[in-house]
Amino acid sequence: MSALLEVTDLKTHYASGGTTIRALDGVSFTLAEGEVLGIVGESGCGKSTLGRTILRLVEPTSGSIRFQGEDITRLGRRAMIQRRRQMQVVFQDPFGSLNPRHRVGEIVVEPLEVHGIGDRRSRAARVAELLALVGLPADAAGRYPHEFSGGQRQRIAIARALVLEPKLLIADEPVSALDVSIQSQIINLLAELRVRLGLAMLFISHDLSVIRHVSDRIAVMYLGRIVEIATTAEIFDNPAHPYTRALLSAVPHTDPARRRERILLPGEMPDPAHPPGGCAFHTRCHHALPRCAVERPLLTLRPIDGGAAREVACHLIEGGKGRDV
Amino acid sequence: MTDAPLLAVEGLSVAMGGVPVLEDVSFSIAPGETLGLVGESGCGKSVTALSIMRLLPDPPGRITAGRILFDGVDMTSLDIKALRAIRGDRIGMIFQEPMTSLNPVFTIGDQIGESLIVHRGLSGAAARAETARLLDLVGIPAAKKQLGRYPHELSGGQRQRVMIAIALACSPRLLIADEPTTALDVTVQAQILDLIGRLRVEFGMAVLLITHDLGVVAEFCDRVAVMYAGRLVEEAPSARLFANPRHRYTEALLHTMPAANPPGRKLPSISGAVPAPADRGAGCIFAPRCGFALPRCASELPPLTDPPHRLRCWNPAA
Repeated sequence: MSALLEVTDLKTHYASGGTTIRALDGVSFTLAEGEVLGIVGESGCGKSTLGRTILRLVEPTSGSIRFQGEDITRLGRRAMIQRRRQMQVVFQDPFGSLNPRHRVGEIVVEPLEVHGIGDRRSRAARVAELLALVGLPADAAGRYPHEFSGGQRQRIAIARALVLEPKLLIADEPVSALDVSIQSQIINLLAELRVRLGLAMLFISHDLSVIRHVSDRIAVMYLGRIVEIATTAEIFDNPAHPYTRALLSAVPHTDPARRRERILLPGEMPDPAHPPGGCAFHTRCHHALPRCAVERPLLTLRPIDGGAAREVACHLIEGGKGRDV
Repeated sequence: MTDAPLLAVEGLSVAMGGVPVLEDVSFSIAPGETLGLVGESGCGKSVTALSIMRLLPDPPGRITAGRILFDGVDMTSLDIKALRAIRGDRIGMIFQEPMTSLNPVFTIGDQIGESLIVHRGLSGAAARAETARLLDLVGIPAAKKQLGRYPHELSGGQRQRVMIAIALACSPRLLIADEPTTALDVTVQAQILDLIGRLRVEFGMAVLLITHDLGVVAEFCDRVAVMYAGRLVEEAPSARLFANPRHRYTEALLHTMPAANPPGRKLPSISGAVPAPADRGAGCIFAPRCGFALPRCASELPPLTDPPHRLRCWNPAA
């Protein structure tokens, strides 16, 4: 598979009250066509900023974003709007992202109008097709968002995101606001659409069980950086970075067989305005070496005991002879 | 159980604006025991907690039937003065969003101290010393220096620690925790649950933990009660319930979780949606969505069976 999306050393810094918040601080990865990459991490790790920066809803400070082989990092507004036909987004709160005064049909058809695609008739047909695709009744088009439940509203948001037949869907916590029984319906829908439409997805979530279920590969983020990126099986069967291990161990399970020995992290996530030097995780790491406080480990291919070599940013894991990322 | 229950909720029914939202809910908690109350949005778990504390706004909320016995005293018959003596003293509470339960214009020292002064009659100086000790206990470092800080200066995890310190100020016998970790990150959740667990043992405190997170309940609670659409549908010791869910709703809910399925596999789902309180029929409320419903399920309410594995189901799993 060729790379659909290639992100290189992407940084997004915000100025806030005289300090600089390093929301994204050097993120690199590639996403193949049709692939689902899960982005997981806790509040303040930069996962949502990553999605928004790729879409250029937030401007990057440095680094590059290549989409379908083209560098879109500095594209003008007009050109960027064109590219967004191919890259769409679904957010956590479908109510906040749907205009309450527009009927569902108007909400779903709007991207077609903005891009001047089709005539009135073909657009109406396309809207009906999309509503059916996401499992909404045909009469939904004439109704308003508030008439729908949370799960159905997320279906509306998905229909709108897919109406332009994008290649890439950025799903930012798409099921986090939903009850468990509704979550599964939306996860199934996204999985089905992915196969049917050959969609690639950047699936951003704090929920490790959801991420595990939907992703081909997973990137774990901490304080604006990726600390480990590998296939889903590798991450869950043999997590390498101490933060990945602590994160996985913290998830409570109903099945005792799935529980891991809990690794409690001391203290709190540091302030992204003042990230620790060296490895950003060293202040909470149970295995930190003196070196970790001064030298930032590169995200680079390292051999793993009992597993496949993978990209991980940790001095405890020897190697780093692969490509520097 | 040989212990007399610390809390016994008996046949509790609550209506909001005349519409029943909670119907005939019964459960008990022994001293030192941890009971998890789980269910999805609108199942009535938070209404249950608020009713126990008598914090349900009335109107529109009204307890229409049942008793709430705390240490043998019926909370539903107490006047406001007697209730205030119990709340924050023998029953402590923590909620999901500590920012909205903490007063933004008072320092955390003042807010923890208030409880000590009101309920335990401590002087200002003694309350300050005790407050610092409590902050230390809940894992807020350099406790003395933190007394003058305001809620907005703290992280979400620290605010929840402050709420726990307030709840513990009078060594309550029961802690009601309503989604205490839902707004927190998973590693912070692990810290807070670890903290509550340790304090529970230290204080010999019973805990009523209300959450939508089945994993949290499975790992934290001795027993678990599952609610659906205003009714308690199943209750059993945690290990037993999660290994062998018998009510068809509990079973379906557990099967639908991504963690219970191989990655990438289509998830089993529950069709339909939870009925609104006004649309609940005469029979089992889950019957319209149940894959195992018998003809009688739609018309006849199943009775709640006896402990140790109580359930309301005409056609339970084996």
